[in-house]
Amino acid sequence: MSNASTLPLLHVRALRFLRDESPVFGPLDFEVDRGEALLVQGANGIGKTTMLRVLAGLLPADDGEITLVGGQAGRARAGLIAYLGHLPALKGDLTCAENLLVACGLQGRRPKRGIDDSLRIVGLEGYEDQFARQLSAGQRKRLSLARTWLSPAVLWLMDEPYANLDLEGIELVNRLITAHLAEGGAAMVTTHGAYAAPPVRTRLLQMERAR
Amino acid sequence: MIMAAIRAQVVRDLTLLWRKRGDALQPVLFALLVVVVFALASDGNPAHLRTVAPAVVWVAALLAGLLALDAMFRGDAEDGSLEQWLLSPVPLPVLVGTRVLTHWLTTALPVIVSVPLLGELLNLPHAALPVVMGSLLLGTPLLSLLGAVVAALTVGLRRAGMLLALLALPLYVPVLVFGAGSVAASMQGLDYTGAWLLLGAGLVLGSVLAPVVAAAAIRIGLR
Repeated sequence: MSNASTLPLLHVRALRFLRDESPVFGPLDFEVDRGEALLVQGANGIGKTTMLRVLAGLLPADDGEITLVGGQAGRARAGLIAYLGHLPALKGDLTCAENLLVACGLQGRRPKRGIDDSLRIVGLEGYEDQFARQLSAGQRKRLSLARTWLSPAVLWLMDEPYANLDLEGIELVNRLITAHLAEGGAAMVTTHGAYAAPPVRTRLLQMERAR
Repeated sequence: MIMAAIRAQVVRDLTLLWRKRGDALQPVLFALLVVVVFALASDGNPAHLRTVAPAVVWVAALLAGLLALDAMFRGDAEDGSLEQWLLSPVPLPVLVGTRVLTHWLTTALPVIVSVPLLGELLNLPHAALPVVMGSLLLGTPLLSLLGAVVAALTVGLRRAGMLLALLALPLYVPVLVFGAGSVAASMQGLDYTGAWLLLGAGLVLGSVLAPVVAAAAIRIGLR
C-alpha cells in the first residue's frame, strides 16, 4: 500500500477522544474510500457527533491518526470537508440566495454549480428572496443541504442529515449522497438507525457503549 | 479565494446591518446619552465642560464600543457560522480580521462621525475637533482589535456580560490614556504627535497579532 493512489480517501487509525480524562470513544479504526458512504450508527450520546467534529478538525483528537487523501491531516483538512452539523449556520436576516452566496465565498464553489440550481435541487425553488428566518426547520435543513451540494469538498460529514425532514426530504438526502458518491466523493452519515440508508456502497460503523 | 471570502464576509455584515438599521444606531445613541447626561449633571460652567470634553467623548466612544463588543462573535457562534469559518480553506485569522473590520465600521465609525455633535454639547473648541476625531480614528480600531481577543476568549460562554468588561477594560486603559491625553495636550498647545505615534504603533501591532490570537481563542472556545 505504498502507492498513494491505492490509499483510501479517509484513513483513520486508533482514533481516541477523551473528555475530562474519560474516554468518549475509541480506539476506532476505519476507512472511507471514494464512492463509499460510511454510516455511523449508535445510540444517543454515544459520541457520533463528537467523532464527526474530530474528523472535521473542530475538536482535537487525543490519540490516533487521521489521513485524508494521502496527506497528513490537520489544518489542511479544511477545504476538503463539508460539515453539515446540528447548527444551521444560516443568518435569519439574509435571504436564501444571500446565505448561499456567503457560504460560497467562504468555502468556494464546485465548478458548474449555481445557487439557483442548488435551490431547485433541494426543493426551495422560488424561495430565493425569502428570509431564512421565515423558513421552517425542514426548509432550513434543505438550505444547509444546498450549501453542502455547492461546496467543492470531496468528503461530506453529515450529522443526522435526516432530522426534521419529511419523507421526500429523506429521499432528497439519499439522492444527493448517491450523486456525490457517483462523482467520486465520499460521505459519512450519522444516524440513530431509524431511517433508510442511501442505496449505495455503504460501510457501517456501529458505535456501542464500552463495558 | 481569500479576497472572495473577505468580500463575502463584508457584504454579509453590511447587509445584516442594513436589515437591522435600528440596532445599528445603538452605539451612537448610547454615546449621545452618556454625553448628554454628563453635560446635564455637570455644574453648567462652559469652561469646566470644555476642559473635560475630550475625556468624556473618549469615554463615551469606549463604552459604546464595549456595549457592542459581545456581538462581535456571539451571533456567529450561536448559529454555527464559526464552525463553517473553521472549515473554510481561508485562514481563520483572515476571517476574524475581516469581522473586526466590519464590526469597527458598523459600531465605532458611526460614533466617530457623530463626534462634532457630541463636541458641540460639551462646548469642545472647534479647533480641537480634528485632534479628537484623529485620535479616535487611531484608537478605536485598536480597541476593536483588543476587544476581539476578549470576545473570542469568552465565545464559549453562554453569556459573557460582566467578564467581558472585566477582561477588556484593563486592556482599554492605555488606549484611553493616550487617546484622550493627546487631545488634552493639543488643547494646552502641547505637542501630541508622541501619543499618536504610540497609538499608531499599537494599531500596527494589534492588527497583526490580534486576529491570530483571537482565531486561536475561537478554536479553543468552540471545543
